[in-house]
Amino acid sequence: MSPARYLDGARAAAPLALAVLGFGVSFGLLARAAGMGVLAPLAMSATTFAGSAQLAAVSILGAGGSVAAAITAAVLLNARYVPIGISVAPLFSGSLPSRLLRSQLVVDESWAIANRGGGRFDLPALLGAGGLLYAAWLGGTALGVLGGDLLGDPNRLGLDAAFPALFLALLVPQLRSRRALRVALVAALVALVLVPLTAPGIPIVAASAACLLGARR
Amino acid sequence: MGVATVAVKALGPVLLGGRTLPARLAAPVELLAPAVLAALVITQVVGGERRLVLDARLPGLLAAVVALRLRAPLLVVIATAAVVTALVRAV
Repeated sequence: MSPARYLDGARAAAPLALAVLGFGVSFGLLARAAGMGVLAPLAMSATTFAGSAQLAAVSILGAGGSVAAAITAAVLLNARYVPIGISVAPLFSGSLPSRLLRSQLVVDESWAIANRGGGRFDLPALLGAGGLLYAAWLGGTALGVLGGDLLGDPNRLGLDAAFPALFLALLVPQLRSRRALRVALVAALVALVLVPLTAPGIPIVAASAACLLGARR
Repeated sequence: MGVATVAVKALGPVLLGGRTLPARLAAPVELLAPAVLAALVITQVVGGERRLVLDARLPGLLAAVVALRLRAPLLVVIATAAVVTALVRAV
């Protein structure tokens, strides 16, 4: 594997890294506002690297929820990484610690960037993108915790709209077959119906089951 | 929470690492990407805390659709969404 292919992944992730940086800043700000101090949010970002789950956990803690509720919500939000992990598993070879360590660079964005369609994934692109996004996430958290007031509200800059736009842009090339289109529509519908009914995270997990539709012919 | 996330993410690569998937699983896994991506689009654009929220993200996403139709590069698509959302919020 040449370093250039890692760089390709990092380059593809660069615009996202900016959005992730903004997201990290808002997480840092929110964690600070929730009374978590400076070190706890940083440690959380360094060890967890799952923005939406961290944000959900912090907002539950900030609203006076229990630690158990916060952890449950976070794990449910991250449950999608079971099917996502299975989808990239064939790429990962090598020793157990190395697989364990590298698997942590799998996040929605790096996974989507490494997706080459037809169930194939590009490992260097995945790791290159994941590494850059990890740096942006941790750096953003630090900025938010330490001096985010100066940057203002990232939502004012529209950065929260960058994520759905990214996922849509990555979805469109995947819709080559009617089967894929049907599965995507069902998944979108399931998510739309479940968002008001279930805890955050469940809609994505439930919608991912739509892929089973395609198994039947 | 950190431990749980590490475990969840590692499950696939650690247990199945390097092996190819059984053929019976290949079709659903191939369709997993469109399913999860479609769900992510929905939850990111109208997701709130247990409710649907229609706000400035929606015009931002519609602008991104237009940019995609015009075959704009990824960076332009994302920037269009952010700028339109920011403008709608500003007025």
